[in-house]
Amino acid sequence: MITTPLLSILRARVKQKYRTMPYPKGDPPNLPDRYMGKPVLDPNPCPEDCSSCISSCPVEALFFQESGLHLDMGSCLFCGACADVCPSGAIRFSKDYRLAAKERNRLVIESAQSSNEGLPAPPLATAISKKFHRSLRLRQVSAGGCNACEADCNVLNTLAWDMGRFGIQFVASPRHADGILVTGPVTENMKVALEKTYRAVPAPKVVIAVGSCAISGGPYKDHPEQGNGVSSILPVDLFIPGCPPHPLTILEGLLRFVGRI
Amino acid sequence: MRNGERIPLREIPPLDFSRFKATLKDAVATGNRIAGLWAVPSGSGYTLYSAILHPSRQTIEVVCSMVEKVYPALTPEVPCLHWFERDLWERYGTIPQGHPWLKPIRFYQGEAGKVDFFRVEGEEIHEVAVGPVHAGVIEPGHFRFQCNGERVFHLEISLGYQHRGVERALTGGPNGRSVHYAETLAGDTTIGHATAYALLVEGLSGSKPSFYAEWIRAIALELERLANHIGDIGALSGDIGFLPTQSYCGRIRGDVLNLTALLCGNRFGRNLIRPGGVRYILEKERLDNLRSRLQVIEEDTISAIELFFDTPSVRARLEGTGVVTAHVAKELGLVGLAARATGLSIDARQDIPWGYYRTQRPPVSVHGTGDCYARAYLRWLEIQESFRFLHQITQTIPEEMAVEKKPYPPTVPEPDSGPLSGSHSGLKDHVSTVELTLTPQSLGIGITEGWRGEIVHVAATDENGKFAWYRVFDPSFHNWFGLAYAMRGGEISDFPLCNKSFNLSYCGHDL
Repeated sequence: MITTPLLSILRARVKQKYRTMPYPKGDPPNLPDRYMGKPVLDPNPCPEDCSSCISSCPVEALFFQESGLHLDMGSCLFCGACADVCPSGAIRFSKDYRLAAKERNRLVIESAQSSNEGLPAPPLATAISKKFHRSLRLRQVSAGGCNACEADCNVLNTLAWDMGRFGIQFVASPRHADGILVTGPVTENMKVALEKTYRAVPAPKVVIAVGSCAISGGPYKDHPEQGNGVSSILPVDLFIPGCPPHPLTILEGLLRFVGRI
Repeated sequence: MRNGERIPLREIPPLDFSRFKATLKDAVATGNRIAGLWAVPSGSGYTLYSAILHPSRQTIEVVCSMVEKVYPALTPEVPCLHWFERDLWERYGTIPQGHPWLKPIRFYQGEAGKVDFFRVEGEEIHEVAVGPVHAGVIEPGHFRFQCNGERVFHLEISLGYQHRGVERALTGGPNGRSVHYAETLAGDTTIGHATAYALLVEGLSGSKPSFYAEWIRAIALELERLANHIGDIGALSGDIGFLPTQSYCGRIRGDVLNLTALLCGNRFGRNLIRPGGVRYILEKERLDNLRSRLQVIEEDTISAIELFFDTPSVRARLEGTGVVTAHVAKELGLVGLAARATGLSIDARQDIPWGYYRTQRPPVSVHGTGDCYARAYLRWLEIQESFRFLHQITQTIPEEMAVEKKPYPPTVPEPDSGPLSGSHSGLKDHVSTVELTLTPQSLGIGITEGWRGEIVHVAATDENGKFAWYRVFDPSFHNWFGLAYAMRGGEISDFPLCNKSFNLSYCGHDL
């Protein structure tokens, strides 16, 4: 068959179909059955002498306080080691992907607190972030880490997610940006570059920390080579936890942040 | 020794330095290759170690030699060691006399980029500096081009911005974080690195994962290769300005990542590989789901990528751009797809097989033109081979599972106890409970072929069976200089294309 580039392009276009997901107007994409989303802690008190979960956590995300067991999603690697060792099944990871929070302490889950599974997630918009309701341009800064968070930010640009339809875009120059989206624990070697990039963004501006590294240092927490996250040097307006967060978690957080959902 | 085995440290023959050097030189000359060179301080000097791969025998030879702080550099006679000797110089202050180019590669002191860059002087020469913050959503690195008009005389790449102290932190392990360090050495190569780590720990502890676990690891590794190769062809397409394939491949890559998430809940394969085996089983129903989705993905991939290579303007942009010849690739010690794209048949799955690849492996693909076209086309060849291989090995669940009913974790999984049991599909209670005890005073090595190329993890245990030191050689460690070389004489506008065609890891290099 004689083909011309144009015909081949058209043929492939038909074959590849329309793929942009209906979310947020329609349903979110299906998450796999083994997906680990928001942790849920059993409100019943743990046996007194048991601290298996705390010692199993590689990043000290779990701790006891008077009100009971706490889990810091900002540190959590979502590896499930705690759930595996818990003898009473008091820790489980739900399929709730809505993890973003405005304040750092909101990432801490308490056993005493009731789970909001199935309920609407709290609004995240701030006086500043509302200004970017229809157009948010972000300069992404990768400041250490493993590049998985970056990869799942990039995915939002693919046509399946098509973040551009909400007016949210990654831009090349901080001068064109309304804020920065930071990944990585902020290595010593990236500190200056991150500060400079932040300063280059015109005010009003926002800072978004994506991934457990950017929030707490992640697996590198307390290494002298890094700074335990973005908050160590910049004010953070939005925290999106995960290691890495699912693209749906990132998108949902951004949409809630600009008041789109 | 074989891949994933251990040897007592005292059995590593200390050679005198001239013999050590001759051994390395011969290795390269006879078609073997050097998987790593590293040093360990001992007394007033250092013990220099090297691991040599012998593909014809599928074995690894580890040799060592004692050197003082100042020693004659190996690089002038064995050029592929130039980056390794820079590493040693930066790490310990050893002085390899005669090394042409001693500069830091990771900037442990936190002052990345503070270095005298190579400069070309002349009336019409200009310099272009890029990074560490790049235009796209990518990792940080600094690039310094010496140009005459559009023509690049030289590109110097300065890294280290991603340095987060992983090798240092692995020392004293294994502990709870160790496997997470391995999984995040390079996020896009989670399976490749985690498998190399697992091989090393299994070797040092004398345990062996079940064939069933090895099978799942192989499936996950090929899925990782597929996702990245497909994504890279899409990204190359974007850099050429050919948007259809960019759009399609970007999405298809996501579909493959979702298959990995089908295996373990995470798109990058986090929490799947654990020393001793795998964390999740692959049941019949899940396998059928995987197979049918893989079939659809393959059809979409063929349509997207054939379109790419059938388009004359795409081929014209790739052909002849960023050429690295086989001779240069060998001299520089390139590995993985960058080496295979010059015609060298280098592939750890063939040369030093481990696990499932000992019994069955896809054939090695090579394409000899060494340009961006070759690196793109090689990915396409490997995509096809990985699809074929996956179809083949996912036809049946290996016998062992059916017979023993216990892959890893060691007890039979319970049925899922309903929606509240969360994401573990009944595997609760028997993961993370297996503690492997490592043999003291031994050296272990784990090598895998990640999608970029050869991944080497090597470590030794102290008298308590803890890691006395741990070294990681990501394929990017060998290949970054290859990218710099590919730009020589090219145009500065070729850089995005060359860069993408190598697609090297910053974090895997910086550690």
